[in-house]
Amino acid sequence: MNKTMKAVYNAAVVLAATLAAMGIGALVFAAVGADVVKAYGVILTEPLKDLIGITEIAVRAVPLTLIALGIAIAFRSGTLNIGAEGQMLMGILASSAAAIALPDLPKPLLIPLAVLAGAAGGAVWGAAAGILKARLGVNEILSTVMLNYIAAQFYTFLLRGPMMDPEELVTGSGTPQSVRIPRAAWLDRLLPGTRLHAGVYIALVLAVVVFILLWRTSAGFRMRAAGAEAKAARYAGIRVERYVVAAMLLSGAFAGIAGAVEILGVHRRAIEGVSGGYGFTGIVVSLFGGLHPAGILPASLFFGLLLLGADMTQRLADVPANMVLVLQGAIILAIVSARQFMNNPYVQDRLARRLARIRGRPAPNPIPGSPEACPDPSDSPDPCLADEPAALAGGGSRDVRPEDQR
Amino acid sequence: MQFEPIRSLELRGITKRFPGILACDHIDLAVGEHSVRALVGENGAGKTTLMNILMGLYQPDEGSILLNGREVRFRSPNDAFAHGIGMVHQHFMLVPNMTVTENVALGMKSTHRPFRLDLGAARKRIREVSERHELPVNPDAYVWQLSVGEQQRVELVKTLCLGARFLILDEPTSALTPQETDELIELLKKMSRELSVIFISHKLHEVKALSDTVSILRRGRIVFEGRTEDHSPADLAALMTGHEVALPCVECSDAAPAEGRGLLSVRDLRVRGDRGNLALDGLSFDVAAGEILGLAGVSGNGQRELAETLNGLRKPESGSVLLDGAELGGRGADAVIASGMGYIPEDRNTEGIVPSFSIRENLVLKDVGTVDWSRGGFLRLGPIARNAADLRERFDIRCPSVDTAAGSLSGGNIQKVILARELARKPKALVAVYPTRGLDMGAEEFIHKQLLALRAAGVGILLVSEELDEIMNLSDRIAVIYKGRILKVVPGRDATKRSLGLLMAGVLDE
Repeated sequence: MNKTMKAVYNAAVVLAATLAAMGIGALVFAAVGADVVKAYGVILTEPLKDLIGITEIAVRAVPLTLIALGIAIAFRSGTLNIGAEGQMLMGILASSAAAIALPDLPKPLLIPLAVLAGAAGGAVWGAAAGILKARLGVNEILSTVMLNYIAAQFYTFLLRGPMMDPEELVTGSGTPQSVRIPRAAWLDRLLPGTRLHAGVYIALVLAVVVFILLWRTSAGFRMRAAGAEAKAARYAGIRVERYVVAAMLLSGAFAGIAGAVEILGVHRRAIEGVSGGYGFTGIVVSLFGGLHPAGILPASLFFGLLLLGADMTQRLADVPANMVLVLQGAIILAIVSARQFMNNPYVQDRLARRLARIRGRPAPNPIPGSPEACPDPSDSPDPCLADEPAALAGGGSRDVRPEDQR
Repeated sequence: MQFEPIRSLELRGITKRFPGILACDHIDLAVGEHSVRALVGENGAGKTTLMNILMGLYQPDEGSILLNGREVRFRSPNDAFAHGIGMVHQHFMLVPNMTVTENVALGMKSTHRPFRLDLGAARKRIREVSERHELPVNPDAYVWQLSVGEQQRVELVKTLCLGARFLILDEPTSALTPQETDELIELLKKMSRELSVIFISHKLHEVKALSDTVSILRRGRIVFEGRTEDHSPADLAALMTGHEVALPCVECSDAAPAEGRGLLSVRDLRVRGDRGNLALDGLSFDVAAGEILGLAGVSGNGQRELAETLNGLRKPESGSVLLDGAELGGRGADAVIASGMGYIPEDRNTEGIVPSFSIRENLVLKDVGTVDWSRGGFLRLGPIARNAADLRERFDIRCPSVDTAAGSLSGGNIQKVILARELARKPKALVAVYPTRGLDMGAEEFIHKQLLALRAAGVGILLVSEELDEIMNLSDRIAVIYKGRILKVVPGRDATKRSLGLLMAGVLDE
């Protein structure tokens, strides 16, 4: 199987997974008594009908892209960052605090400063989990989830207390929000009449940066090595712990930038409910996009569409917007299951044979020693075993030593 | 547990296809009662696939299995167990974070009470089996704490505890000492009075010692079948590989054994193992430039800890490691690597390579930060690709392309990738741990030649192995490690298997 065919195959698997997820979603829609066809019709087409809809998709895709990029860095480096939600909130706090504290700075200075402050806020929160993992072996899934709670409460506390807009106290309405950030910190709107803002450029540039970081620098190489097989990385002299912290720091910084951009570009003040679950949807986007910037960009647009469409179904098809969460969950399950088929030479080979038979051409002979010419299972982790009994898959038990043995 | 004895086992026309390869091509094999059949062949010849079919792990595409003349179908290993067939796999099927007793009880249905496991019964059965067959195991040790050799014993005990009456052993001696191997062979001979054995091995002298009949597999076909006593090991080797094999040895090479000061010198090293025990207890040795020091010993006597300490992966409690005069003890792996130490680790799949990385990436794994492969933090893709193409050629790494994931290669080719990387770094010293474990004779020959070439180039090599043939063929001097100390160092030409074997068992008779 050549490279193009593999790409087509993997794309087909993703598509099939998406359809399967939508099938599950259809069942749930039907169960709550909604009109399935209409609901999907609204979700998938309604947002695309006018300029506002299309720009709103992009507005949602910006934070999703940024968060998903950060999550890709963490996942590729072997840490599962579930804490983007909290890191984003810390980014928002740091960014808006910086912008509000320095209202007199000129725009070309204040915007980068506010974005960097957001990055720093998120980075601190991400690095905390990274350090806990590297130094004390605390599972990052637990620590990031718990840090989410702390961040959420801290955010609420600040917005209802120290950072609360004094005018809210005067008028007595008591809405938990900060003062408006100074105009000099606003990201420009790109199209009049829409909320599309300059954060789009930041997301696009950072997508390229992440690609270069992970696949074109020695630091990224080491991060990926540490993530792919920590033991081999350690044996090769890579300080795995250091890269775990670095990856979590970067991952948090990206979530923090997402928060900063969302405030500077859309809301222009810190309010409650800004994150809107972006931190979790970003994980789905990242996985759906294959943990690669080139996949994350379209994936974030797709999820932007889903999020917006779900809001619209509430009005137009009488389906609660939260149903989109069900869809997201189904997509995660489908994608994770689909990995069983992606890059599985056994299935690919069968498919290639079948295709060759349909086209009436003989199947190409595999090159000796290639993964297609499956080696004897006795001496290598055999890709053929992916669909063989689990007893074999767990066979190399002496390779799997508990981490804490040292 | 008493069942019908297995009088005959017959495989008829077994065929199994894997993508692009015919792993088993109409194989016929019949094993009678109380007999030991050796099944030999190079890696990839289809031995393991055939046995996995027999164990019900794979379903054959064609052909049938007959037990006592009746056709049987094994849909899973449980079916095979139920018929009294037990297999000891080359890669151990043990749960690392469970104790030996728990591992055995997992498979013993008789210990499964409602809501609990009858560990007492399992422990009793382990004691019975291990005493009867002289296979000492500690029932309460956790599997991850055990050395490879000890794990092998646990596998054997487990299979016997499950009531196997027909044993399939997939390279059972690859982790045992000569004494243990001899004992195992004796034991298997004794046991063949009660049961039948299929014995898979590369080691032809073991095949000679143990088996009644031998079948040779090459590229999925039986190319030879006959009585073992009628054929010499050399005949069998030629049949197995299709050509004559001559393993190189240190005495056949021209380079004189090096003299002079220690290049790598280890003094009074004390290191704690994973269990907090003193795995190395005052260990000292020297390796000169251009010398191969063989480290013989039963695995679990401190070899792993020594190799890890030498390479900066484990902190010593006391003692010193000098490489070319520079102190390495207690320094990190990166510092050790930078100082010119090469390392072929024990577990090539998880320590030697990053399996999901391409061959190209694995070849620069250790040095990606140096000016050769990156500039200003950015990878130099051109030189990295040229390096991979060059090393692929020089080391005959068989792969579809250097972009292939290294983990999908066969064991021999993975070892070539590791060797290529380590040798290309031009190390001053090399620590090679079980460099040919599980490899076929062709790959073994290649790796031995490379090690000797390295020795001729003035590199000091510490060769850790349990293969006495390997150690005796390659080493200028042989140090025997026992319980974390060097028991004795003998010149390579004076060593005999018997004397080394006694030393490895801790017997120091003067």
